[in-house]
Amino acid sequence: MNTALDLITRVRGVRGAMLVSAEDGLVVAEQLMEGIKGSAVAALAASLAGKLRRAMEAAGTGTSVFWHLQAEQGALLVVPGGGANADGGILVVAVAEPDVNIGLVRLELLRAAEAGV
Amino acid sequence: MADDIRALSAQLAQDPQSLVFLRLGEALRRKSQLDAALRVATIGLERHPHLADAHDLYARILTDKHDYERAFDEWDMAVRIAPNHTGALKGLAFLYFKVGDVAQAEAHLEAARKVEPDDPSIEQAFEMMRGGARPSAAAPPSPAPAAPATAPAAGGGALDQARVFAGLDGANEGLLLVDGAGRVLGGALRDGGGGDVTETVAAYLAGVSQEAARTAKLLGLGAWNGLSAEGQHGNVHLAQPTSDALLLVVRERGMPLGRLSILAQRATAMARRWLERET
Repeated sequence: MNTALDLITRVRGVRGAMLVSAEDGLVVAEQLMEGIKGSAVAALAASLAGKLRRAMEAAGTGTSVFWHLQAEQGALLVVPGGGANADGGILVVAVAEPDVNIGLVRLELLRAAEAGV
Repeated sequence: MADDIRALSAQLAQDPQSLVFLRLGEALRRKSQLDAALRVATIGLERHPHLADAHDLYARILTDKHDYERAFDEWDMAVRIAPNHTGALKGLAFLYFKVGDVAQAEAHLEAARKVEPDDPSIEQAFEMMRGGARPSAAAPPSPAPAAPATAPAAGGGALDQARVFAGLDGANEGLLLVDGAGRVLGGALRDGGGGDVTETVAAYLAGVSQEAARTAKLLGLGAWNGLSAEGQHGNVHLAQPTSDALLLVVRERGMPLGRLSILAQRATAMARRWLERET
């Protein structure tokens, strides 16, 4: 698990990475810079992921394979891992600076999810 | 006409920087040689990117090719460069009328009339609209007569929903505006089977805006300004036109998230204007 998080946090501009239980929003593993409240972020990310999943399924786009929340000073990037699309499984989450290479982080998140973290 | 085109082509070849491409492009468009017209207009635009007439020509060709979204952008650009460009104003009026936004269509025609009060095509277009005429099927707006006189039709039921997003590609579906409680304010959504899923999706979106805001705040990221998601069969983008509203844009998987984000920005601006007018 930590190796997967290592690979994600090595990407320039990534401030931290987490594995979060999609079902209950609890932190499974984390590598976060100081000052980031992992447990609270995990809970909100899981809740947001659940709402998004249900809205996307209803809209006919299928479940999400990657999403990112863009904000003024950074971004939250999430890949639902195996089973996460059924309110179970793991969310692979990264917190990043605004100028991060989104594509690169997405790749690492997908790799981590595929590796079955 | 063929001789004209040959002559104009020769002139352009002699002096590639000249503005003769405008006449050549229009001549080709009128001959329905749209691909050739598009090439001429594109090259002309590359050489004269700040020329409103070039954007107007490009928009007319795009409209003939039924690429209304890009045509809207080009006329919008022309008006930004030259706010009194009547061709672009009439073109925008055409596109607004096409999606049923008569108020916007009239506003743009009115703006054109202020510039060219003696242009009979503008009055003709007004009369068509006031007479409740439905736009006809194929319809390039041309410099004269004014565009709405020949605007294409849109489905009556979809028009009200589409008004918020007038001029945008997919205004009738794939765009949904909801309030914080998940009530539909505008737009419509259909699933892959064609079923209306507007209300269902809207209900699921209730509270998303607040959660996104709380998450961003908790992370010290400031205000959130968009949420993009890739799905197995389609991509979506969420944006916040106002603090009380949420906009969802849904497109096929083939549309990259970056392009989707640009489309969402335009839809957000339109939704914001619409919300301001309504409240």
